Amino acid sequence: MVFIEQEEGRIKDVSFELLTKAGELASELKERVSAFVMGEGISSLTEEIASYGADVVYIAEDPELKHYRTLPYFHAAKQVIREENPQIVLFGATLIGRDLAPHVASYFYTGLTADCTELQIGEEKMLYQIRPAFGGNIRATIVTPDYAPQMATVREGVMKMGAPKKGRKAEVKKVKIKIPAEAAALTQVLHHERKEKTINLKGAEIIVAGGMGLGSAEGFAMVKELAKVLGAEVGATRAAIDAGWTEADRQIGQTGTTVRPKLYFAVGISGAIQHRAGMEESFKIVAVNTDPEAPIFDIADYKIVGDYKTVLPELIAAYKKLQK
Amino acid sequence: MEYRIVVLVKQVPDTHNISGDVMKEDGTINRSVLPAIFNPEDLNALEMALEIKDRAPKTKITAMTMGPPSAAEILRQCLYRGVDDVYLLSDIKFAGSDTWATAYTLGAAIKKLVPDVNLIFAGRQAIDGDTAQVGPQVAEKSGVNQVTYVEEVLKLEPDALIVKRLIEGGIEEAKVALPALLTVMDTANRPRPPEVRRMMKYKNAVSRLDFDKVLKTHLEYKDEKALESAMKKKKLLIPVVCADELEVDLRKLGLFGSPTKVKKIENVVLKKEETIELTPDSQGAEKLISDLRRAKILG
Repeated sequence: MVFIEQEEGRIKDVSFELLTKAGELASELKERVSAFVMGEGISSLTEEIASYGADVVYIAEDPELKHYRTLPYFHAAKQVIREENPQIVLFGATLIGRDLAPHVASYFYTGLTADCTELQIGEEKMLYQIRPAFGGNIRATIVTPDYAPQMATVREGVMKMGAPKKGRKAEVKKVKIKIPAEAAALTQVLHHERKEKTINLKGAEIIVAGGMGLGSAEGFAMVKELAKVLGAEVGATRAAIDAGWTEADRQIGQTGTTVRPKLYFAVGISGAIQHRAGMEESFKIVAVNTDPEAPIFDIADYKIVGDYKTVLPELIAAYKKLQK
Repeated sequence: MEYRIVVLVKQVPDTHNISGDVMKEDGTINRSVLPAIFNPEDLNALEMALEIKDRAPKTKITAMTMGPPSAAEILRQCLYRGVDDVYLLSDIKFAGSDTWATAYTLGAAIKKLVPDVNLIFAGRQAIDGDTAQVGPQVAEKSGVNQVTYVEEVLKLEPDALIVKRLIEGGIEEAKVALPALLTVMDTANRPRPPEVRRMMKYKNAVSRLDFDKVLKTHLEYKDEKALESAMKKKKLLIPVVCADELEVDLRKLGLFGSPTKVKKIENVVLKKEETIELTPDSQGAEKLISDLRRAKILG
């Protein structure tokens, strides 16, 4: 079962990624994929959910579910999970998923593994929940052997999203939820403000990212320049953001965005495990660093040992020359 | 106005400053080389509680941690900054707890030790696991309202708080009825430093689990009993709470009571099969660009 996260009628990518993964797991287990979606005025979403592989879609509509609040959503989720009694429940590791899933797992006395990067069916048909731990230095496989359902959250962009099949049908179950008036009154949303995102790291085919090796904001400007020439998005390590060289939304890594572009330039990035966790799935990685021993080179397809101040202008010149 | 606050804190290995010798040859972690620190966001949670006490001085704050005897250090840190009392939940029966068993234990402890609590604070997440699960699970176990990612407390009311919290791509203001559990972001505030006067007073605060160490260097105490009564008198005794003192089902504690189990741990070794090294000049740059264009990666 997949929790489908929607806001103002738009479904999050991570929900489709999870439906795709759930399809693989379900076919191995010879089970069906169910999904549940909550909100207000969202009945038109069921077709889209079905097209990504759900066999059954539970839909809970109620004015109390308009804005996300833990307890009303928890009561709805509890009711749907009871009705479907799934073996596995998956949530996106979004702000909402990471708020709701632990509350649900606590209630059902079951396990929950946060931020999984891989899910597999293992021995005895158990769900192997694989996640980085200890600052990314180890990979742990977690199981929930004697408790049900097995629950996990998965970060956005980590699983692949399959292609939707138009016209694919699912059984739609409208759920009449009972939210205790008391629970609904506990939190009142007074004001809700969302800015349109202008930075799209996840959708970028090419990313040029900079780290502390750039030394200054002026150095970081050269990364922006290369990105502009290549039509790429600009990314950064946490340290470069903490230094104030670019916006926080550009952070790539364990505590930032996970990306898998076709081409990733790592400039002045040493390759700390926390950063690599967010970009190592990139198709081709080009690393530029003065230190020939920098760990980033271990995962690079192209290694350039040298000063970015000379390398980046050479790259821009070469690109312009060969474009003609 | 006054509130009864519990702040949940955790001592963690400093995973943000991992150096080369942390990983042993066999791929296991050498915990002894990692310094143990106060989980950073728990300090933000503590600060938010202290700011409420600044505004509503009759408020009482209890800091609580579950951990080994050494975790008493972060309770001392809480005392230096201004909490009223502390509890160390320490028992071999708690060892190996996952987030469910941890929340179960903390929930039982809050109920028993601070039954009149109306505000529970926790950091958003701990840097050793980054799960962000214990806070919400304590809210469920305690049957209280849950509000995560809090950035600011805008207004205090007798039975509610108005808070600013983070949502995806924006912020939200919400009125939160009490009792409630709030998890706090690192961006919420700048934690205050220890107060020198309180530090002088509480640096000798000790739990009975460390009595043997104290007795070795302080000959004035005849035995553990004498030390205990002296510490109690000076209000320097950090109370230790073990499983038997809580109303808990022993089968739900520690490793045994944890629904999740670790199946396998692997060291992360990332290595590309083939790395092409290029010269840092125009020749290298042109080879790279033409390679990438041939592979249709660059237009």
